[in-house]
Amino acid sequence: MDTKFALLPEQASTMAPRVDTMFWFITAVAAFFTFLIAALLLSFAIRYRRRTEDYFPKPVVGSLPLELSWTFVPLALALVMFFWGASLYFDIVRPPDNALEVYVTGKQWMWHLQHPGGQREINLLHVPAGRAVKLILTSEDVLHDFFIPAFRVKTDAIPGRYTYIWFNATKPGTYRFYCAMYCGTDHSRMTGYVEVMEPSEYERWLNERADLSLALQGRQLFQKLNCVVCHQPRAGGRAPVLENLFGTTVPLEGGQTVVADESYLRESIRTPAAKVRAGWRPIMPAFTKDKVSEEDMVKLIAFLKGLRQGQTPPRVEESEPPEAKVKK
Amino acid sequence: MTTATVEPRPDLIEPRPRTRADYLNVAYGVRSWLLTLDHKRIAILYLVSVSLFFFVGGLFAVLVRLELATPKGDLLSSDAYNKAFTLHGVVMLFFFLIPSIPATLGNFLVPLMVGAKDLAFPRLNLLSWYIFIAGGILGIYAMLAGGVDTGWTFYTPYSTKKAYTEVVPAAMAAFITGFSSILTGLNFVVTIHRMRAPGLTWFRLPLFIWSIYSTSLVILLGTPVIAITLLLAAIERVWGVGIFDPNLGGDPVLFQHLFWFYSHPAVYIMILPSMGVISELVTTFSKKVIFGYHFIAFASVMIGVIGFLVWGHHMFVSGQSPWGALIFSFLTYLVAIPSAIKVFNWISTMWRGSVSWQTPMLYAFGFIGLFTIGGLTGLYLGNLGTDVHLTHTYFVVAHFHYIMVGGAIMGYLGGLHYWWPKMTGRMYPEFWGKLAAMIIFIGFNLTFFPQFVLGYQGMVRRYHEYDPEFQVLNVMSSAGASILGVGYVLPLIYLIWSLKYAKEAGHNPWGATGLEWSTTSPPPPENFDVTPVVTLPAYVYSREEAQVVP
Repeated sequence: MDTKFALLPEQASTMAPRVDTMFWFITAVAAFFTFLIAALLLSFAIRYRRRTEDYFPKPVVGSLPLELSWTFVPLALALVMFFWGASLYFDIVRPPDNALEVYVTGKQWMWHLQHPGGQREINLLHVPAGRAVKLILTSEDVLHDFFIPAFRVKTDAIPGRYTYIWFNATKPGTYRFYCAMYCGTDHSRMTGYVEVMEPSEYERWLNERADLSLALQGRQLFQKLNCVVCHQPRAGGRAPVLENLFGTTVPLEGGQTVVADESYLRESIRTPAAKVRAGWRPIMPAFTKDKVSEEDMVKLIAFLKGLRQGQTPPRVEESEPPEAKVKK
Repeated sequence: MTTATVEPRPDLIEPRPRTRADYLNVAYGVRSWLLTLDHKRIAILYLVSVSLFFFVGGLFAVLVRLELATPKGDLLSSDAYNKAFTLHGVVMLFFFLIPSIPATLGNFLVPLMVGAKDLAFPRLNLLSWYIFIAGGILGIYAMLAGGVDTGWTFYTPYSTKKAYTEVVPAAMAAFITGFSSILTGLNFVVTIHRMRAPGLTWFRLPLFIWSIYSTSLVILLGTPVIAITLLLAAIERVWGVGIFDPNLGGDPVLFQHLFWFYSHPAVYIMILPSMGVISELVTTFSKKVIFGYHFIAFASVMIGVIGFLVWGHHMFVSGQSPWGALIFSFLTYLVAIPSAIKVFNWISTMWRGSVSWQTPMLYAFGFIGLFTIGGLTGLYLGNLGTDVHLTHTYFVVAHFHYIMVGGAIMGYLGGLHYWWPKMTGRMYPEFWGKLAAMIIFIGFNLTFFPQFVLGYQGMVRRYHEYDPEFQVLNVMSSAGASILGVGYVLPLIYLIWSLKYAKEAGHNPWGATGLEWSTTSPPPPENFDVTPVVTLPAYVYSREEAQVVP
C-alpha cells in the first residue's frame, strides 16, 4: 500500500483535475483573505497597542467607500466561484448518453453491484479505463453514500428511489470507495475497491463471468411474475403496453405528468397506486420486497429500459391476471 | 501617533457608591435561587447548567478522539463509538451551544443593556430554565438507558426504523429544550421592543443587542420546525405512521429538508450572539467607537434572513434537482458577504485605536482568526463543484468546528471573561486568563486544521475505523484535543477560584460605555437605582466622540 504522504488524493478520473483546479482557486482566495486579515489584525494590535490608560483615540465612525469595497469585492469573487462551481456540478451530475450502466445497491453493511451482462460483485467494482461509467444507486434499508475520493464523486443511495453518479476513470489501478452516509454499526466497514482495467482486460473479465444479461433475466421475471398477462397489446386494455416507454413523459390521473425514469418504474412496481397513468384503472397489485427484491427490481428495470416496439414477450400459458384487492 | 488626549466622560470614571444589596447577596438559600424571577440569577442558573453539559459533551469528544488515535477500532466497540459521537453532537448543540450565549450572557445583559429592571416576562424566563432542565434530564436518561446512535442529525429512515437505541427519548429531549429557546427568544424580542430606557433609540443600542435580537427572531421562526420534525420522526418510529420511511410511503429526503430548515439557521443562533460579543470587545479594548455601526447591525439582520434560505446546501448529493442546488449554492455565497463585512469592520475599529491585550481581547483576536478560516472554508462547501467531493468528509467536520468552537465558543469565553466582573463583582486572574486563551487557540488549531486535509484526502465522517494512511493527521488531531481540553479546564478552575479570592472589580474595570457598566458590580436586584436616560449613541468614550458620532 502506498503510504507516502500526499496532500491531495490521487487524480484518477477526468473530473478529478477539474475539481482540484476549482479547489486551488478557492484555496488561493481563502489564503489571501486569511493572511490579509491576520496581517491587519496583528499589525493594528501591535502598532496601536495601549500605552497609557488616559489616551483616548480620535474617533472614526466609518467609511462608505470602504464598506462598499469590502462588500462588492468579496461578492464579485463569490460570484466567480459560484458560476465556476455550478458549471462543474452540471458536468458531475449529468452522465453522457453512451455511459456504461452499473446498478449499485447499498444495504447494511455491504455494496451489491450488478453489471448489464449479469455479472455480480460485492464490495468490488470492475470498470474499464477511458469510458464513462454511470452508477445507478439505491438502498435496501437506510441511507448510504457511494464515494470514490480518487474520482472526486459521491452520491447518496436512497431507499425507494434511484440516484446517479458517473465518472470516466483515466488510469488502470485500484481505488478505494467508501460509504459516506452514516448507516449504523459497521458504517466504517462498508467500503471496497474500484478496479479500473484496460478495456481489453475488462472485456476478458466480463466474458469470464458472463451470465444471462440483466435485461434477459428481467424478461424472465416479466413472464414469471405474470406482468405479461396484462401488459401486452392483446390483453384487451387491462394495462398499458410498456414498449418504448423509458424516458418518455407519462400523463397521470389528475393532470400531472412524470418522466418514466428508473425511479418511476420502480415506484410503479412497488406501489402502483401512487402514480396511475391517465386513462387506466388502479388494478395492479403492489409487488413488495418479498415478491420483487431490489436485485430483481434492477433486472425488471433493465428489461423495460430496452423494450422496443413489438418486443413484449408472448404469454406462455393461460393464467389468471394478478389483481389488486380494490376496496369496495 | 497623536498624543492629544481628551477628557473622558466623568460619569464613566467616577465610581458611584455601592448600594447596600446586590443580586447575589440579597437572599440566600436554595429556594431563593430555584424560585427567583431575577434575570441575573436565572442567567447564573443557566451558566451552571450549560457548563455542566459542556463538560459532559466534552467527555464524549475525549472518547471519540482517543478512539481515533489508532486506525483500528480498539478502544470502543463500533456501537459505543457511534453513540459517543452522537451524544457529543446532541449534548453540545442542543444543550450547550444553542443556549450558551443567549441564555447566560443574554439573560444577564439584555435588561442591563437596555436600562430595564428585568426582562418583559420574568416568570416565562424562569419557566424556560425549568423546561431546559426537563429536556436535560430526559437527555441524561437517554444516555443512561443505553444512549443513541443516529448522529445528532437523526436522519431517517435509520432513526425511525433501524436504530435499536434510545432515539425517542433523545429526540424528545431536543424537542422539549427547543421550547426553552422559544420562550427566551420571545422574552428578548419583547424586552428589546418595549423596555428600552428613555432616549435609547434603535441605533443607540449596543451591537450585542442587535445580534441577540436577530438571534431571537431566528429562534422564534426556526425552532417550531425542528420541534415538529422530531415529533413526526418519533410518531413514525413509535406508531409506524409513514412519513419518512419509503416502505410506508414516506420520503427520507423530506426529513433532511425539514431538519436543515431549522438546523442551518441554528448555526446562526450559535454564531450571531458571539459576533455580538466580539463587537463589544473590539470597541471596548480599542477604546474607540465601533467602525461602521449600521453596517454591522444590518449584517446581523441579513445573516438572520438569508440564513433561512440556504438549507439545501447540506443536500447537494441527496439527489435534489440540480436547479434547486444551483439556487441554494447562490444564496450560500450571498450569506458569506455580511460575515465578511463584520470582520472588516472589527479590524477597522482597531485602526488607530488604543488596543489592549487583556484576556477578553485575546479571545476576540482568536475569534476573528478562527471565524475567518471557518467562514472561508465554507466557500468550498457552498461550491457545487468541490462540495460533491467534500461533503460527508472530515472537511465538513473541521469547517463547522471552526465556526462553532473556534467562533461561537471563543466568543462565549471572551464574553464570559469580559462580563465576569459585572456578574460576580470580582476580576478573574489575568495571567491565567491569558494563558488559557492561548492554550485554547493553539490546541484548537492543532485539533481541527489537520481535519481539513483529512477531508480532502477522502476520510469519511463518523468512521469508527479508518485506513492506516490517515493516522498521522488523526494523531495530530487527538494530541491537539488534549491541549484543548486543558485550555477548557483552566477557566473552570480559576473562575471558580476568583469568586472568593480574586480582587474586587469595581463597577467599570474596562472603561467601557454600555449601560451595564454604569451600575454597580454585581448589580442591585433592580439593576439601576434610577432609570437611566440615554443621551448619547453607543460606544462614546470621550467628549470629542460625542460630537462626532451620529
